[in-house]
Amino acid sequence: MYDIQINGDVHSVDVPGDTPLLWVLRDVLGMTGTKFGCGIAQCGVCTVHLDGQPVRSCSLPVAAIGTHPVTTIEGIGSDALGQAVQKAWIDLDVVQCGYCQPGQIMSAVALLKTNPHPEDSDIDMAMSGNICRCGTYQRIRAAIRSAAGA
Amino acid sequence: MSVSRRTLLGGLGGLVLAVQMPPRRARATGTIVEDVTTPFSPNAFIRIDERGVVTFIMRNVEMGQGIYTGATLLMAEELDLDPETVQLEAAPPDVAYVDKDMGTQATGGSTSTMGEWVLLRKAAATARVLLVQAAATRWGVDPAACRTEAGVIHHDASGRAVGYGEVAAEAGRLPVPPDVSLRPPSAFRLIGRSHHRLDSPAKVHATAQFGIDARVDGMKFATVAACPVMGGTLVHVNEGAARAVSGVVDILRLPNAVCVVGSTTWAAQMGLKAAAPEWNAGENAHVDTALVYRQLHDGAAQPERGIVAQEKGDAHAAVAGAHRQYAATYQQPLLAHATMEPVNCTVHVTPDRCDIWVGTQVPLRARDSAARITGLAADQVHLHNMYIGGGFGRRLEHEYVEQAVQFARQVPYPLKIVWSREEDITLDRFRPAYVDQIAAGLSSHGNIVGVTHRIVGPAVVARWAPEGLMPNGMDGDLLAAAADVPYDFRASYLDFVRRETPGVVTAWWRGVGGTRGLFVMESFIDELAAVAGRDPIEFRRHHLKNDARAIGVLDLASDKANWSQPMPKGSGRGVAVQFLFGSYLATIMDVKVDDDGSVRVLRAVVAVDCGRLVNPDQVRSQIEGGLMFGIGAALFNEITLDHGRVQQRNFNRYRVLRMNEAPVIEVHLVESDADPGGIGETGTAAAAPALANALAAATGRRYRRLPLLGKQELDV
Repeated sequence: MYDIQINGDVHSVDVPGDTPLLWVLRDVLGMTGTKFGCGIAQCGVCTVHLDGQPVRSCSLPVAAIGTHPVTTIEGIGSDALGQAVQKAWIDLDVVQCGYCQPGQIMSAVALLKTNPHPEDSDIDMAMSGNICRCGTYQRIRAAIRSAAGA
Repeated sequence: MSVSRRTLLGGLGGLVLAVQMPPRRARATGTIVEDVTTPFSPNAFIRIDERGVVTFIMRNVEMGQGIYTGATLLMAEELDLDPETVQLEAAPPDVAYVDKDMGTQATGGSTSTMGEWVLLRKAAATARVLLVQAAATRWGVDPAACRTEAGVIHHDASGRAVGYGEVAAEAGRLPVPPDVSLRPPSAFRLIGRSHHRLDSPAKVHATAQFGIDARVDGMKFATVAACPVMGGTLVHVNEGAARAVSGVVDILRLPNAVCVVGSTTWAAQMGLKAAAPEWNAGENAHVDTALVYRQLHDGAAQPERGIVAQEKGDAHAAVAGAHRQYAATYQQPLLAHATMEPVNCTVHVTPDRCDIWVGTQVPLRARDSAARITGLAADQVHLHNMYIGGGFGRRLEHEYVEQAVQFARQVPYPLKIVWSREEDITLDRFRPAYVDQIAAGLSSHGNIVGVTHRIVGPAVVARWAPEGLMPNGMDGDLLAAAADVPYDFRASYLDFVRRETPGVVTAWWRGVGGTRGLFVMESFIDELAAVAGRDPIEFRRHHLKNDARAIGVLDLASDKANWSQPMPKGSGRGVAVQFLFGSYLATIMDVKVDDDGSVRVLRAVVAVDCGRLVNPDQVRSQIEGGLMFGIGAALFNEITLDHGRVQQRNFNRYRVLRMNEAPVIEVHLVESDADPGGIGETGTAAAAPALANALAAATGRRYRRLPLLGKQELDV
């Protein structure tokens, strides 16, 4: 049994300790906003925050979380920065299929937390772990710039 | 039934639509279109209840292309509604939604807007006529004296007004008029103005439900492995080891696959690993990539004619007698779809009912297959179509639904199957590999006097919709950018040598015919321009002759990209012009090749004339995304086979374009009053030739093999 703190609430889950956080979120807790893409931390669609840092939840065993707080896409809009990023995503019509966008938004918020006014090269570096097959990269860049200016 | 892949995918403009409004209940066999409690549902696309809640039923599935928004704009335009107030519902499987050109209920081939342009406006205009008639009858006034605005009918002379919902019941009892007139473009309030995507908020807040997000009471989580060699069979499963894994519930088998069920997907994945399935690889165990290409090059070399797809003048004589002959051979690889959402399907089979939660581009086919497998009647199968996390043609296949139903019928509980990424790529159905051999004759002025062209590869349509094969055996999709070109070649010959790919199933993939064809045609035109010592744009413009829209986009792109401005050493600029899916594009791409050979795509400038724009910003969005998709494929991607097995199994070996590699893309839209063309696949088609031509300009060598960053020697 593991007690994990997600978006401010503590959840007790009875799973083997090697179960990645991704499957705890999706299958056990029904929080399906965090997506499955590759299972090997190559695509970024499963990105969540652990202590405010972006991590790939497909490769984070639940036993490794301990008392570190987890934030998912369901909780990212609870502060002004998360709201600004989500608003920029809507204003600039970033999404197409939308499947990768929760992960993109989590990575973008993490970037802006540590670097409120990133250069394009900073954006490229911070976001290069998040794949988008629809090819929305240009609008993601623009939305991050827009949120940074907000 | 006339299924024409040529009108579907072949890039012909002016698609003629026979508009026939599907009735509210299409057939006695189980439509759930008609909600009998809804007083007003004049056709298969619109419902209005007494409270005035308007529901639009989405004929085409949303997989990123923005069609939910586009379709809503078309109907809201004629119904005078605020698009934000309308509820959207995915169409169930029903013959009411069959796309005549696709031959089934299908979303694909860049046809959605073309197919909906008249159909949905007529559907909405019909509804409006009936609602106004009902109000006018109630008031005893002339319907022509009434107007509609934001869901309300007004009679200004008497100052009376009534909401759609309040007259819905009366409107529902009126006979549906056989035809109605449409609003003239000069009166459009919504069409032609950029509107935010209606699915954005749900996708940004992650409340949107994709197939993989389906949750059903009592459901268990599963993953599968099928024989990685096509046609092979399952020999052994280490069932004891699998069951020893914590959380594993069941192990299910098919002749060629095993499914491990668990309390979580992780438990299922670990169970599958422990199960260590063993396979009899079967007859395709010897297939490798070299064999695939060898068969294609053998076909290219055969002296006999293939299926003759076009013969205009005597092209062979024109080439032979020309001042100068020039020939080239191009080779293109198998490609995977690698959609972000891995293949998945949730199924619950009970003795008298089957429910399927899935994202599919072909809901009717999926439903009918499920009925056949379960022995249930079609109306006992309920398919709930969900958002698709990237289609690109993958969800035009439904073999994964069949597999899921075959497993799910073995258990009483709802079964959610999610393929691993490795399974998703290995068991994909691939864009075919092709070899093209093309030759031209040039006059002493450096003008083209004739072109002969041979395409060697599979006929995807022969499997996907056999009735769509042309009478001579031609796959009409392959005419795109080969026979159907905006150029005037004076004499041209095209034949097709059909060679089905051993060891894999080939399938549609974002613009199959146009994408593969344009790489060949626009690379070759560029080579001819170089041979003739002429500027690539001037050379194209000359041969476009009478095609004003093609010349229009070419000149616009040339102007916006500063074509005539020279590039620094090590950089290059390439162009491609196209007429595909009813739309014209000219694309100019700038690349830089570093001393170490690494390639950076700097910028793409695209001019687009796709006829009338429904939602201009979504046209831009599709061009941007389609180009990015095509750039990644052109630079990096090739599926290879060894002993019948796919060698690229995840994103670590199937490289995808990333943010740090994404160029700046400028899209310039041409105002046009032509009927809308398709747009979803056009950018993808433009990418490879524009890039190849830019690389040639930068390096002085030609690129005739995809991927561009792979080896350039052909496997002749």
